[in-house]
This record gives sequence, structure tokens and C-alpha cells, in this order.
Amino acid sequence: MSENQQSLWQFMSEQSDKLLNQTFQHVGLTFISLLFAVLIGLPLGILIARKRKISGSVLAFAGVLQTIPSIALLGFMIPLLGIGAKPAIVALLIYALLPIIRNTYTGIVGVDASIREAAKAMGMNNWQILFKVELPLAMPVILAGIRTATVINVGVATLASYIAAGGLGEFIFGGISLNNTNMILAGAIPAAVLAIVLDGLLALLQNLNFKRLRKVLLVLPIFLLILSGFYLLPKAYGSSLTAGFTPEFMGRQDGDLGLKSVYGLKIHTIVISDAVMYKAAFEKELDVISGYSTDGRLKAFDLTILKDDQRIFPPYYAAPIVRESSLKKFPELEKVLNLLAGKISDSIMTDLNYKTDQLHQSPEKVAKDFLISRNLFKVSKNGKAGIVRIGSKIFGEQYILAEMYKMLIQGNTDYKVATKTGLGGTKICFDALVNDQIDFYPEYTGTGLLVLLQPKAEFAKQIAHDKDKTYRYVNDEFRKKFQIKWLTPIGFNNSYALMMRRKQSKELGVYTITDLKQYLDNNK
Amino acid sequence: MIKVEAVSKSYGNTLAVKQVSFEVSEGENLILLGTSGCGKTTTLKMINRLITPDAGNILVNGKDIAKEKPEVLRRGIGYVLQNTGLFPHYTVAENIAIVPKLLGWEKEKIKSRSNEIIEKLHLSEKYLSAYPGELSGGQQQRVGLARALVTDPSVLLMDEPFGALDNVTRTSIRKEFKGLEELKRKTMVMVTHDIHEAFELADRICLMNKGEIVQIGTPKDLLYKPVTDFAKNFLASEKLSLEFKIISMDDIWDLIPSSEPVSATSLSSSVSVWDVMDKLQSAPSLVVKNPSGEQKNIAFSAITEAFKRYQKKQSHE
Repeated sequence: MSENQQSLWQFMSEQSDKLLNQTFQHVGLTFISLLFAVLIGLPLGILIARKRKISGSVLAFAGVLQTIPSIALLGFMIPLLGIGAKPAIVALLIYALLPIIRNTYTGIVGVDASIREAAKAMGMNNWQILFKVELPLAMPVILAGIRTATVINVGVATLASYIAAGGLGEFIFGGISLNNTNMILAGAIPAAVLAIVLDGLLALLQNLNFKRLRKVLLVLPIFLLILSGFYLLPKAYGSSLTAGFTPEFMGRQDGDLGLKSVYGLKIHTIVISDAVMYKAAFEKELDVISGYSTDGRLKAFDLTILKDDQRIFPPYYAAPIVRESSLKKFPELEKVLNLLAGKISDSIMTDLNYKTDQLHQSPEKVAKDFLISRNLFKVSKNGKAGIVRIGSKIFGEQYILAEMYKMLIQGNTDYKVATKTGLGGTKICFDALVNDQIDFYPEYTGTGLLVLLQPKAEFAKQIAHDKDKTYRYVNDEFRKKFQIKWLTPIGFNNSYALMMRRKQSKELGVYTITDLKQYLDNNK
Repeated sequence: MIKVEAVSKSYGNTLAVKQVSFEVSEGENLILLGTSGCGKTTTLKMINRLITPDAGNILVNGKDIAKEKPEVLRRGIGYVLQNTGLFPHYTVAENIAIVPKLLGWEKEKIKSRSNEIIEKLHLSEKYLSAYPGELSGGQQQRVGLARALVTDPSVLLMDEPFGALDNVTRTSIRKEFKGLEELKRKTMVMVTHDIHEAFELADRICLMNKGEIVQIGTPKDLLYKPVTDFAKNFLASEKLSLEFKIISMDDIWDLIPSSEPVSATSLSSSVSVWDVMDKLQSAPSLVVKNPSGEQKNIAFSAITEAFKRYQKKQSHE
């Protein structure tokens, strides 16, 4: 444990520049959106306190906005506002809106009627009543709303890294993808501390007496503005093209680090989620992205792969990895899973992914159609001899594979099947397997080598480009270390690849990563 | 001067105030008396346009209030509420300064006038920097009164001003209220459901029922010349104690036998029968002096005899 703590500290001090940047961005994002939420929510709350008839519908609408899943909301924003700060701020603002509107409304409605009557009877006009009586008296309740909104925003702002808006989410999601606990904690701990500190400060403010509150309220907007300005501090260097890389890619030797050290690529880079990256490239928000070679969106968005002419991306052959204890428990399992071995090539996998991602067919249908076309499909026996638990990571390809395995097991054996799909990134899935929460899931040889085993860099370099050596090495090591067996690869190689829009690639004459580097160097 | 002419107000299908008319002359205190829901508060609030009448006219100091800007009208009329309506986030000084500030008074003037009014209302200056929440109910009510009086408006409206106070505080503050120099010249309309309060403070009482005026008149008119059974029954249970309070020694002076004063100290004959009887609890007799200087020695038997004869005389008129 102490070793772990120390290395977390080391990680944080090594990455202190990035950490500081991300923290500034995080605070900035939180407060810019809060500022706008107050600017919109406060007047709206006042309005519905005056016109009670519309209060129900306004509050209901803000409530509905609040229930939209944050990732989905960020996704909706991209076609409207692109990627980066704008959509993130708007999304955060939407989440912050409800508590502010509701508390402003509740606060004003809660002002004692006799006090309002006295104000009116003394000859105050509506504005004077609002600013001198209603708002000051409602202020503790309004501040409570702002406090809730702030804490919500600190949390949701971690997701902003999905659409290239930065913040502490870069570390958190990068860490989850890379199986790097220190990286996760380096993002999660500051985010939590930020939430606690801001909550505490606002609680203090909320409990001030009227006299002090008046003074503080004058300072508050200035304070908000300054904190909002934090977002503008860290500015990345510019280049003629913009790249969008996933948090995972950013931290990998066979990713951004390799691009820098092997190719010497210098490109303006923003961190973005896999879920929106392809679309952003299609919409010309990004020029170069780090995709997967079998991704269906490659086909859908008419992107082309830049040739990895210096071979920094190792092969990623997919194969089911199974607990050895499970193979003993379910003797027929290995044979059934190997039915799929060598059956799916790169182009077939891209096509299957295209069907789910772009044609919106269910993974179940895609899996069934494929099995039928290969004469592998058998009707489920509805067996009851023990439950095989299948896991999958949270992306389409894995869902399809999980469905295929489910049908094969049900059709060929008497086992029952439980699927636990969508287990986040590599780390979550692998931990579930090691801890006997699932029996197997499809993994990739490259991931097994570079993410899960993490051998010395020298050694990794030697074997990473050889498909067979890699497979043998991971299989041996996994059996020794984790009692987990790699079955025969399915056939396709889902490796990392840099991609551009086909049209742009042609226009610029950029077909390989070396071309890209030269183009960037010539067009500074 | 306030003039209310055929004013009506309804809420939905309920007629809250029906064709009410009355006049309050300068310096007079008219009390609107009645059970809850009789329309007295609605009537009061129409005078400073907190409520807009459906029909009829109201004139304050000769001007039609419908033609004035409501804010301007209200700044010129003092208003005291049952629950004080003090701003909890303002100090006592700031509460008192609300209307002067709205009228654009200078700081110095506000300060000197605030000090003056607070002294007249027997509040210590140290309370000026306190918040209303730190004061007792009686003190809060005084601040409410100070706030209404600070600009010395000629018209004062009061909605159950003592309603939220306990009985003891209420009696003492009422007595004080009666003696306030500051209120002597004011044209006042006050709402209450407390019969004793009305009879103690009113120049004239306007008895209301179901949105209509039953009777307007002096306390004595109401007691001895009720115009309807409602008016009679309304006061029936309290009649005797009210009589003791409103009949003064002047009223029964002629009915008391003359006698030589036995004591040097004397009471004014403007005091009520109630007060004299109260004092006779601790002394066998008292000397009372009427405005023309005549003095009479009064014992319990004499005063009760005179009171009875006065009552009989009134009921025969």
C-alpha cells in the first residue's frame, strides 16, 4: 500500500504540469457553466415566481433535461456545437439549471406574504420589492441551489474530456483505459477534493447572516468571473491540422508517445472520447483521429487509414480469454468457443461493426445473421447445466462477439448463459475476470501485452510486431500469473490506426504517417 | 380626510364588499369593526390600493386615488400590519428609513427624524442597530408604528395593529397608543375584531357584516342606539363593561349628589366610570373635579346609583 501511495505521489509530481492544467480547466469549466446557469436560471426562477401558472411546466422541462444521461447529452451537442469547450459548457449549464431555477422559485415564493405586503404598502415598486426584499430574503435558498449546481458540475465536468474540453476527466478515463490506477486517482482525487472544498465554501456563504451576506454577494460575481477565466489559461500550441486522440491512446507507448518518439509527430492534439471522435472527424472538427482498424464508422464516415510505415502499432488479434477453472468446470466450453476461430477477417469485422453502429441493427441480429450465413447457428437447447458468464467491454464489436458466443454455447451445449456486457474499459473487464465475476471475454493480444502485462519497454518492442510471438508470450504469462488461457484467435486484427477523411487525405497527399509529419513540418 | 363612495369588491362569485360608503374627517379615528370575513380588511386595503375596487370612488385628501400612481399614493399613507411586516434582513434603523429613502430624504434628516420618532415611541436608541428578530413582539410593533409614522403622513391605515400581541402587552401598548402626541392629528382608519379595542380607541366605529356597513356612529351611538338586531346582539355580551369604559364622569356629573370635597387631590371628570370604580377599590371615596372647577366627593354607592340612572335615561331616549 505504501508503495502504491508513493508511486501515486510520484505520478502526480511527474505529471504536475498536466495536473495543474487539467485542474484549472476543470475549475474553469465548472464556473463558466455555473455563471451562465445563474444568468439564465435566476431570471427564469424569478419569472416563474411571478407567473406561477407556468412554473409547473418550466420546472418539469428543466427536470427532464436533468435526466438526460450526460454522455448522451454531450453526444447531442456535437452536431450543434462541435467539440471542445462550447458543447461541454452548454451541457454543464443544462445540468446546473434545474437546482438554480427551482431554488430561486422556492426562495421567492417562500418570502412571508406580510413582508411583501408591507413593502408594497410602503410604496416600493415591483423592482424595488424584488431587489430589496424578495431576492435578499430568498438568498440562502438560492445559494443552496447554486451549491448543489456547483457540486453537480464538478462531477459532470469529468465527462467533458469525452468531447475534448479537457478537465480532470482526461486522467480518470485515460487511467481506466490504460489500467493505470495512479492515473485514475490523479484525476479522481483532485476532482473529489474540488467538490468537497467548493461545497464547504458555499455552505459557509449560505449560513452567513444578512449583514455579512450583503457584502459577500457583491464579491461573488467577480469571484465567479475569475474562476471562469481559469479555463482560458492552459492553451495548447497550434498547428495546421488538429488531432483528436482518446485518453487511452494519449498514454500509450504504441499510441501518442510512440508517434512522438518514432515519427517525431508534432500536432495540435485534443483529448476526446472514442464515442464521438469519428463523427467529429467527419464534421471536420478534427483532421486526424486515433481509431480502430475494424471500426464500422470507418466505412460510415468515409475515413481512410494512414499507413503505419514505421510500424509502431502492434497487432491486436482478438481471442477469447478464459479462466482455467472455468474450462474445468465447463468441459465443452473450449471446443465451442473455438468454433469461431479464424472465421472473422478484418473486412468482415468492419462490416459487422458497420451494421450495428451505422445501420443500427441489434448486436443480436448481426450475430445471428452471421452465424446462419456460416452454418454455425443452432437453436438454443435451453440447457440448465450451470451458467457460463460472458463479459464484454463497452463497445460494439465486443457486444457482437459476446452475442455470437452466447448463441454458440446455447446451441451446442447444455449450459445456461449470462452476459455481463458493457464492463467499461480493459481494466474493469479484466478485473471482473480475475475476480471470478465472469468466465471469459474477448481480449486483444496487443492489449494483453502492453496494457495488462506491461513487460519492460525493450522486450515489448522486440516481440510486439510479431503476431505469433506476442500470442505465445501472453498465453504463457497469463497462465502463469492469472491462470487464464488465451484460446485460438478469431482472425481479425483490430489495431490502432491513424485516420483522416478520405477526401482530405487525397487533397493533401497524405497517405502515411510519415507523409503527415512532413506535411505538418512544411505547413507551420 | 378620506371619503369612500359606494365601493364594491368581489372575488369570483363572492361579494366581499358591497356598496360601502363612509367619510373620515381630518384628525378622526374610524374603526372598522366586525367578525372575520366581514370585508373590513378588504375595505381598508382599497384605501391605499393594495386591493383595487370593482366599483366606486375613494378620495384621500380630496384626490381620487384611482388617478394617482399607486407607489406615490402609498408613500404618502402610513400603514401598520398585524404581523408588523418588518424586513428581517434590515436593522430597525433601516426598516424605519424605508419610506424616507423612497421619498429621497437626505441621510441627516432621516437620522434625526428616526431618533425623534423612536424616542416618542419609548424605544431605546440602542435598538436602532438591532434586527427585528432580536426584539420582543411589543417592541417590534412599536418599530412597525415608527416606520409608518416617520414621514409624518396625514393619513394612517392600521390592519389589526395589536392583533399579534399577547393580552398584557396589548393592553399596555394600547394605552400608550392612545396617549401618543404623534397620533393626535392623524386621520386614521383601523381594522379590528376586538370590541374593547374599538370602543377604547375609536372616535367613531363602523360596524360591518357580510360586506356591508351595519352602522356607523360614536361608541355611545352603537351602545344605546343600535339600528339592527345584529348591531345589538354583536355588543350584547360585552355591553356592561363597554358602558363602564365609555361613560365618563362628565356624562353622569349631574346625577351625582353634590358634596364637600374631603381630600385635596382630585381626578379630572373626563375619566371613565371604569377608572373611578377601579380607584375606589383601594379608597373609600375620591374627589373629582369638572371643567368648570366644581368638585364632588364620590363613593362607590353614589357612582353606581348615578350610573344606573344614566342607563335608564339612555334607554328611554
